This record gives sequence, C-alpha cells and structure tokens, in this order.
Amino acid sequence: MIIIATIRMAIRALQRNTLRTLLTMLGIIIGVGAVIAMISIGNGARAQIESQIASLGQNVILVMSGNFSRGGIGMGFGSAGTLTKEDFEAMTREVIGVSGASPEVRGNAQVAAGNQNVNTSIIGGSEEYAVIRSWTITSGSNFIDQDVRSANKVALLGKTTAGTLFGDGEAVGQVIRIKNAPFVVVGVLGAKGSDARGFDQDDIIIIPYTSAMKRITGGTTFRSISVQAMDAASSPQVQSDLNELLRQRHRIQDGKEDDFTIRSQQEIADFATASTKVMTVLLGSIAGVSLLVGGIGIMNIMLVSVTERTREIGVRMAIGARGQDILLQFLIEAVVLSVVGGGVGVIFGIGGAYAVAKTQNWATLVSTSSVVLSFLTSAGIGIFFGFYPARKAAQLDPIEALRFD
Amino acid sequence: MAALIKLENFSKTYNSGEMEVHAVRSVSLEIQAGEFIAIMGASGSGKSTMMNSVGCLDRPTSGKFWLDGVDVGSLGRDQLADLRNKKIGFIFQGFNLLARSTALENIELPMLYLRPSIPAREQVERANQALSMVGLADRGDHRPSQLSGGQQQRVAIARALVNHPKLLLADEPTGNLDTQTSIEIMGVFQDLNRKGMTVIMVTHELDIARYCKRNVVMRDGRIVGDTAVTNRLDAVEELQKLRLEHQAVQLAT
Repeated sequence: MIIIATIRMAIRALQRNTLRTLLTMLGIIIGVGAVIAMISIGNGARAQIESQIASLGQNVILVMSGNFSRGGIGMGFGSAGTLTKEDFEAMTREVIGVSGASPEVRGNAQVAAGNQNVNTSIIGGSEEYAVIRSWTITSGSNFIDQDVRSANKVALLGKTTAGTLFGDGEAVGQVIRIKNAPFVVVGVLGAKGSDARGFDQDDIIIIPYTSAMKRITGGTTFRSISVQAMDAASSPQVQSDLNELLRQRHRIQDGKEDDFTIRSQQEIADFATASTKVMTVLLGSIAGVSLLVGGIGIMNIMLVSVTERTREIGVRMAIGARGQDILLQFLIEAVVLSVVGGGVGVIFGIGGAYAVAKTQNWATLVSTSSVVLSFLTSAGIGIFFGFYPARKAAQLDPIEALRFD
Repeated sequence: MAALIKLENFSKTYNSGEMEVHAVRSVSLEIQAGEFIAIMGASGSGKSTMMNSVGCLDRPTSGKFWLDGVDVGSLGRDQLADLRNKKIGFIFQGFNLLARSTALENIELPMLYLRPSIPAREQVERANQALSMVGLADRGDHRPSQLSGGQQQRVAIARALVNHPKLLLADEPTGNLDTQTSIEIMGVFQDLNRKGMTVIMVTHELDIARYCKRNVVMRDGRIVGDTAVTNRLDAVEELQKLRLEHQAVQLAT
C-alpha cells in the first residue's frame, strides 16, 4: 500500500471530526510548546549567568570576608568584616603569581550633578579594580594609584549612571556630588548589561576604596578582595597560598574554621551553572509530563476511533486489507495527529519563550536541539501511543468487525 | 476442468461460551466457474457461515475448501487477505461504503491493497470502467449520501468488480431495497453472469432466488436441497411487467 495514499486517507479521517482532532492535538501542542518554552527559559538563565561570570574577569579569585561554608543561616556577604587593608597589602606583596588585586567596598548613595539626582550603588576599589573586573573605559581614563593613596575625590561612571546624570553630554571632567562631597568624573565605563537577577550592572559609580571608606561606607574592613592570577594554570596555587596567608595573618589555629571564603571564578561558574541546570531539568520534566498526558490523549481518541470504525475496518479487511495495512492506517493517523500538533507546538513554544522574554524581562534562549528533540519526541509519542489502538484494529476478526454496529 | 469452488466434508464450529455451535456440518459442494447460485435458508441455517467461509474470511474447522485450486485451509491471515483482494468481490446488505469518500474513491479502495500495486492513473481508469459497467458513469464524484439505495448498491458492485475477481459474493444484496430496485440489481448480476462472472448470493427471498441458475437450500448446517432453477426469471422482462402494472394502476385511479 502506498504511504502517501495512507497519509491522505488519515488526513481525511481526521477532518471528519475537526473539533475532536483539534482538542486531541491541543494536548501535544501544549506539551511540545511547554517543553520548548521551559527549556529556553532555563537555557537563557544559564547563558546569562555564564556571560555574567565571564564579566567577572579572567582568572579572578574572590576573597570574601566571613565563612559561607559554615552552613545554616549565613551571616551575609561581607558582614563579618575580617578583611583589612593590611591583609590586602600582604596579598599583593607575599603571594606569587598575582597579577593584580583590588579590595571592594559597596554602598548606596545619593548622587547629584547639576539638577539631576540619582540613588546608585557606589563601589570602592583600587586602581586595578576596573581592569580585574574587565570593565572597559569608553571615554576619559581610569584613576591611578596616587588617587587611591590620597583618597582623591575621583569617579568612574557606569554607562547608565552617566546617561542619567548627563544625558548625551560629556561627563568626563564634570563634578558630581556623592553624599554632598564633590567628585570629579575621570572616565565613563563601557556597558555590561543587566545581570541574571535583572539588575543593571551599569548603574554604578567606581571610586577609590580609600575615598569610599572615608566618605560613604565608613568602617575599616573590606567586603571582599578580588585577586587576579597571572593565568589559569597558576590560579589553584594562588588560591591555596591566599588561604594559608590569611589563616596565618588572622591567627586561625589548625582545626578551626576560616573567617573568610575564597572562591575561584571557576567554582562560582560551576555552582551557578549547576543550579540553573537543575532548574532547566525541573522545568523541562514538568513540561514533559504534559507532553506525556497529550500522548495518552491521542491513545484515548484513537481507541475511540477504532471502536467507532470497526465496521469500516471489517469492510477494508473483506476487500483485501492485510492486518499490517490497517495497522499502518491507524498508526499514521496517530502520527499525523502528533506531528501536526508538534509542529504547532514548536511555533507556540518559540512564541511563548519570546513572550516570556518580553513581558518578564527574562533572558530566554530557544535552542535548535530542544526544538528538534521535542518535535521528534512528539512524532515518537504518536507512534508509541498510536501503536496499541492500531494493533487492536489490525487484530480484529473481519467477520466480527463486519457484524459490528 | 476443476471446479472454482470445492467443499469436501466442510465443517465450521464456533465456541460460544460453554456451548459448541455447529454452524456448518460436513458439507460437500462443487461450484463451477460461470454459475449463478442462491444459497437459501432460514436464519441460523448456516448460510452466512458458509458465505463467510467461501469468502475466505474464515478457515474451515475441519474438512477441505479449495478456491480456484488453492487449499484455503492452509493459508495464513495475510494470504487470506490477498486471496480476498484478488479473487473475490464482496457485496453486502448494508452496502458498506465509506461515507466520506466519493463513489469513485470507494471503488478505488480494493486497488489500494493490491500487491503489487498499480499506478494511480490506472487505478482511476479501472474505477471509471467499473462505474460505467454498473451504469453510473456520471456519478463518480457523488458521496454515498447523495445516491439512492440502488445506486449505492451499484457502487458497491463496481467496487467488488474493480480487481477483476473470479467470484462475486453477495450477502442479502437486495435486503435493503424495494422491489423494483431489487430486480434492477438482479439485472446487473444476470448481466455480469452472462459475461462469464460467477455469482454466489445469500438470500431468504424466494422470488429473488429465481433470478439465479441454481438454488442451494440449507437447514441446521446441512444442505437439504440443491436444484437447478427451472422457470428462471429475467430481470429485463420482470421490470417491463412491473412498469405495465404501474401504468395499469395509474390508469385505474
């Protein structure tokens, strides 16, 4: 029997009851659509976190004050305040393989320029901070070590902040007031975009940490110190040397826990991607369940259809259809249902991912593999769930089938 | 010449629950090519079972059945299907046409299962040929619901003929039709028979059986009568008579 003729026959049979066909397809449409949308949300989150971690800088090791591995409720990032200026200086002096280091303090402050006024986050770092964290400087220049030593009132503006305060006008050379203290803008940073949680990374001002501690955050300890290793190979050695140095300096006895946490960029990346992977798998499997339910819907309708058309099957058998002809006929009907449903589902899934990206401002990433995979899965579901009803039809006794009404 | 159909001590037993039903008991029968036979009998006489068996829908429980020299009892399901496809044309009481398909598509159906398959163009050609044979050449694109009962049965006959079978099997072909249409259908059968087609028909109507050449009567699974029809009716003449009667009735009123 010719396959094309069978497909035509299947389409005609499905057209016989359009509403039923559409409702049956709906299960697959929702299933495939959900799988594609969910996986693209998961993939999008992962891609964004990966790019964010890359924007942390190359071979960066973060030394944070406080111990995160103590378990239970954390004390919060940097709350313990155990990293001092002396620690920082010792790191650059005593650890081999460090190409740059910068402490980091953070605070929020009201910033004004002319008649513009904005509340933004202030980051205090050394002259190496912008370099380590792979910020580019689009106009003007970075502040220098002299500025840090003298706690000069100089500032680098994030792209968003510069835009808010000065519009399209030139920011470099202008004076801004941070908590009423006048700072001179020496440079404007290139854009990094928003991070995984949707925060605008460009809505910042970077100033020397000395100035920040004096005028904005107060205190004498750092929230964290970013250390850049010379290359990826030396990074683990640098990490363990830093650990040893800090334990020594903080006089932590053997067996006692660290009062700081050291994380390499790789560890942060691994942790973040692992958690998004869990999210992707979770979302994907929930969507997969709906695909499965769609498949059961197909089986249900095909069983009904076989019963309804018992007489037709009997006639076909009487005029010479073999069991396999009948099997193929019903199998192809089920596959047409699921493949058409799958095709529509792909469109809905991509549309859904796009809609989520637009309305929720989430990054979504529709991967070709997830589209192809879920489409093929829907075809497979047609074969799998169509097989039992089709076999039931093929095994009917022609005499019984002809007598059926 | 070997018989087209040969039954030898043919029996068919069904198991319905605990009871064994002997539908056909040790029947021997020969039917030559070119015959026109009515199998008659009350319900439960075994005539339908005979029909199903001769139609290769079923295999004998015991005994032998040869169709055109082939021992049907030794065939598998698929081989039976192929045999039905090539050698037998089925006509049913309820026509059994596919409601959503046109007359022509219905007629093409048996060719869909032909092995080896034939080209689509030839299929259409053969279907049209069969349609003209039953006098419905201009109704190919009609759906069954747009045709009268008699026309539907003609389409069914065309479907039965399309694979050039050796044998037409009709199960109560006039059961759902009025007298005039019944005679018309019998006319189609007589015409086909004259051209050499073997026709076997199950009926319980005595006057319909008189259009055949030979009547086989069954009772309780056995053949109790097997006679040649002596005063055979001719459909053309009968239709003529019927028309005159109608005119007489109309004139009288």
